[in-house]
Amino acid sequence: MDTLLFSLKLSVQVAAVATAFVVIAGLSAAYLLARRNFPGKEFLDILLTLPLVLPPTVTGYYLIVLFGRNGLLGRHLYAWTGWSIMFTWYAAVLASFVVALPLMVKTTRAALESVDEDLIRASYTLGHSELWTTMKVIFPLARKGILAGAVLSFARAMGEFGATLMVAGNIPGKTSTMPLAIYSAAASGDRSQAEIMVIIFTFISGIFLYAANKLTRRLL
Amino acid sequence: MIREIAKLLSISLCSIAVIAGIAIASPTADIMISAAISLKNAFEEIGKLYESQNKGVKVAFNFGASGDLMTQIKGGAPVDVFASAALKDMDELDKEGFILKDSRINFVMNTVVLIVPMSSKIVLDSFDDLKKAEVKKIAVGNPKTVPVGRYADETFQYYKISDMIKDKLVFAENVRQVLDYVARGEVDAGVVYSTDAIVKQQDVRVIMTAPEASHKPVVYPIAVIKNVKNERAAKAFLSLVVSEEGRKILSKYGFKPVGQSK
Repeated sequence: MDTLLFSLKLSVQVAAVATAFVVIAGLSAAYLLARRNFPGKEFLDILLTLPLVLPPTVTGYYLIVLFGRNGLLGRHLYAWTGWSIMFTWYAAVLASFVVALPLMVKTTRAALESVDEDLIRASYTLGHSELWTTMKVIFPLARKGILAGAVLSFARAMGEFGATLMVAGNIPGKTSTMPLAIYSAAASGDRSQAEIMVIIFTFISGIFLYAANKLTRRLL
Repeated sequence: MIREIAKLLSISLCSIAVIAGIAIASPTADIMISAAISLKNAFEEIGKLYESQNKGVKVAFNFGASGDLMTQIKGGAPVDVFASAALKDMDELDKEGFILKDSRINFVMNTVVLIVPMSSKIVLDSFDDLKKAEVKKIAVGNPKTVPVGRYADETFQYYKISDMIKDKLVFAENVRQVLDYVARGEVDAGVVYSTDAIVKQQDVRVIMTAPEASHKPVVYPIAVIKNVKNERAAKAFLSLVVSEEGRKILSKYGFKPVGQSK
């Protein structure tokens, strides 16, 4: 029962934190891609989309190469602070962030690009700044797509397994998110434990989807 | 009209040629061996020897944690021979009737060692030193499915440090992953078999060998699974493992004969 409650709490916690970062980073990236032209734009788009098409284990491997204790970035962090992100729940957040970001960027970019350009121009001719126009005109008009992106990202973050297993490990009581806990239970033959968790996870995902649908309909 | 038919025909012929080529080029294995991942290097060599002695029979290996492999066999995986790093996993299959009882035999033993990354600056002389504050992360196999994780647990209890190091433990899915974590410096120490430490001797340093009294004897049993299609080929593989040639290869990789663990 403890593993179950802990893994559920951890999964929601990791997914919530990851989604918060994903929304901020995703909105910014989507805005740049939708409304700006710059050298390397398509390259950025590909880079941000890669985790969507790469197997999570490949993504996980790159994360280890970058953030492992001897990784390209991780070794500097370790040298300064004696701390490594590996095998902590922050690593689970990182893994979820990286795999969910493409979903947010893709949906949000499409939503932003579909906003009527005339309305944006009208806002400028009325003297409003780009920031005001973005926050008060563009985002509100694109809110359905933005919310859809956030919900998809949360769902993807909740279900992250491969990359999480590689960078956060599967430490009971520390980094054992629900997908990892289910994997452990199934691998060690603990069918009843696995089954309870699977049912709960399905049920919770269903509730989130229902709530998301309701929300998007109401916002219309 | 003719042009369309010709196009369709040539595409179909090309696809059939490609599929046929793939089918002919990829040999399907005749026997599948599920073995504890610590046996990987030794068994791959024995596998090549087997194929050269039994022309026409292909061997495929499935390496992993003994507990995972056992669960797969229970779930109906098409495995012909099973070799595990502990008696427990084989006993469970035996009890539930999955193996040919008279094929079962213990074939090698191993020792458990404490290793650190080669570049580690922490002063560690024994298992007891794992409770030092400088040691922040210790990699061990997941005791639920990895035998060396259980042996590590027994050794920690023997040295009475289990509670003190409980929060430092990082569980890996199999012994080679423990080895990898230590070799890459992701953790400060790890517990693996002496045979695994040899594989990465450039990247890890052995601190000490766990005393015989600190854990259950590390005995590797091997057996043929019941009702397999190619029983003769499976039994031949097992015979090769326990033969003079097989034993020579295993001891080359550091495995000890049964009944002699030091």
